[in-house]
Amino acid sequence: MVALAQSDFREPAHRTGVQVDINAVSHQFELEGEPLPVLDRVSFAVEPGQFVALLGPSGCGKSTLLRLLAGLDHPTAGSLRVNGETIADPDPSRILVFQDPTLFPWRTVRDNVALGLEAQGIIRTSGDRVDAALRLVGLAGFEKAYPHQLSGGMAQRVALARALVNDPRLLLLDEPLGKLDSLTRLTMQAELVALWQKAAMTAVLVTHDVEEALFLTQRVLVFGPRPARIVADIPVDLPYPRHRGDPRLGELRREALQHLGLAASW
Amino acid sequence: MTAIESNDTRFSTAASPAASARPAGRTWWTGAFAALLWLAAAAVIEFWPEIIPAPYGRELAILAVLVAALLGLVLATGPFLGKTAAWIRYYGPWFAVAAVGLGIWEVLTAKLALLPVPFFASPQGILEVYIDDWARLGESVLHSVLLLAKGYFFGAVIGFTTGVTIGWSRAAGYWVHPILRLIGPLPATAWLPLSFFIFPSSGSASVFLIALATAFPVTILTWSGIASVNRDYYDIARTLGASRWFLIFKVAIPAALPHVFVGLFMGLGTSFAVLVVAEMLGVKAGLGWYLQWAQGWAAYANMYAALIVMALMCSSLITILFRIRDRVLSWQKGLVRW
Ligand SMILES: Nc1ncnc2c1ncn2[C@@H]1O[C@H](COP(=O)(O)OP(=O)(O)OP(=O)(O)O)[C@@H](O)[C@H]1O
Ligand SMILES: [Mg+2]
Repeated sequence: MVALAQSDFREPAHRTGVQVDINAVSHQFELEGEPLPVLDRVSFAVEPGQFVALLGPSGCGKSTLLRLLAGLDHPTAGSLRVNGETIADPDPSRILVFQDPTLFPWRTVRDNVALGLEAQGIIRTSGDRVDAALRLVGLAGFEKAYPHQLSGGMAQRVALARALVNDPRLLLLDEPLGKLDSLTRLTMQAELVALWQKAAMTAVLVTHDVEEALFLTQRVLVFGPRPARIVADIPVDLPYPRHRGDPRLGELRREALQHLGLAASW
Repeated sequence: MTAIESNDTRFSTAASPAASARPAGRTWWTGAFAALLWLAAAAVIEFWPEIIPAPYGRELAILAVLVAALLGLVLATGPFLGKTAAWIRYYGPWFAVAAVGLGIWEVLTAKLALLPVPFFASPQGILEVYIDDWARLGESVLHSVLLLAKGYFFGAVIGFTTGVTIGWSRAAGYWVHPILRLIGPLPATAWLPLSFFIFPSSGSASVFLIALATAFPVTILTWSGIASVNRDYYDIARTLGASRWFLIFKVAIPAALPHVFVGLFMGLGTSFAVLVVAEMLGVKAGLGWYLQWAQGWAAYANMYAALIVMALMCSSLITILFRIRDRVLSWQKGLVRW
């Protein structure tokens, strides 16, 4: 108990999530010589440790925004800052979990999870973090398996472990549960909340699923059709653990669907 | 009765894998049949007089009897000989057909001489080559393997390096691609006269030609392998903090390896062709040269003997490459087996 209290006392300075500031970010791609505007002056801020969901129609630019936050692409206009610093390059403190698990097929589960530590050259000193991450996602015992021997849900969990092992301060999740069956999905949703609470990081979740957004996160940003801009900012003022049957969730869901232009069907 | 009695012992030993692998005591009829056929072939060789007396008929007959004895041994011991026995069992029908083939060949050549005589060697004629000329043949194999190994090694290394470089660097691709397109499709043998003139020795010229023949397919396939790596792999590695070095050696190259191996197989195939031509026209050693030499002396039996050895050599080399690939690419599912 004492040890725990002490470490809790020492850690908080570095064990919090980052502050994210997105200021008038616009982005466009070239498609057959034509400019294709994808993001239109998107601005919002995420508090340290907050869990935010991005909701929006398919193709509106949610993945694009996450790639900008990861530092994989640079915006056409506007600025993205993390703790006040402009995002210039990818950094292992900001990890993106892709829509597909995209594991490296030539590496075992363990080596896939170890990828970040290996790339940063700290695998020798922090190898035990790999086992911890695997235990966290419930895949202890599958260390030696190759990706083609895993189920879709397991592969997605490996991708999650591969991100978590780096102890990110900003976790960017691009529909990480999109391809799972509904049962695994429900389990994984609960696990995601637990992981976020345990790791005390800032998290941004892109999803198509309104219920998922409301059940998991503290705040739902609704995007309009491409080029995306924010059409609603819905705080989810419910404590954890939440209950799927909560009438408040139903109200919030109606609100979100309304902003997505789907009110008529409900 | 015996079946019922043994039932209970079988039951008690069923747990051990060796016992369950045994095909329940059934006689291997194919094996028995094949053994009889080999004995028959031996009898034909031994007792039917030859039209042109030739040495080593007796030795050939003994060999056939030995094969029959081997089949008999497998027949009698069942699965106790392990993997080899399983292999022999699997190829039982082939053993039977081979005995018939040997018999027909023997009758058509040595016994009746129905096939044009100097061109079609008899089985004992080929056996004679192996018994009398094994030293020269062995030396030829050694020369061939050494020459091939040198050329193939340089070709594979150069091809792989070039492929990775032009697959990774746009600038390198810009300069190398046109050269590759112009020179690459040219058969390596077209360089033969020039290279024997330019290089100090026919040996180094041959190494160059084999390397050239190997390098082209390896380069192209490595390049296409690197070019077709899923871009997301790079993005993932970059967000995880990967350096450029890491992206090349830990992402691009492993992802491209299946392609690289296709190139290595193609390169090995073309290198065989160049090897034989180079030996025939240049180095005066090795199996290609042996073939040429045998033709000069109208020693057709030697030619067949050398062809068989060459086939075995090429097949073994391909097998080795397959083994290496299976090991390196064990993470892939559905690998083609050789
Ligand atoms: N590299 C690219 N080049 C050109 N256009 C692109 C590129 N990447 C994305 N786009 C376009 O940008 C738009 C937004 O793409 P994005 O992947 O961000 O959508 P999304 O909101 O994540 O959609 P979904 O929910 O279906 O995943 C799409 O119309 C897409 O065609
Ligand atoms: Mg997307």
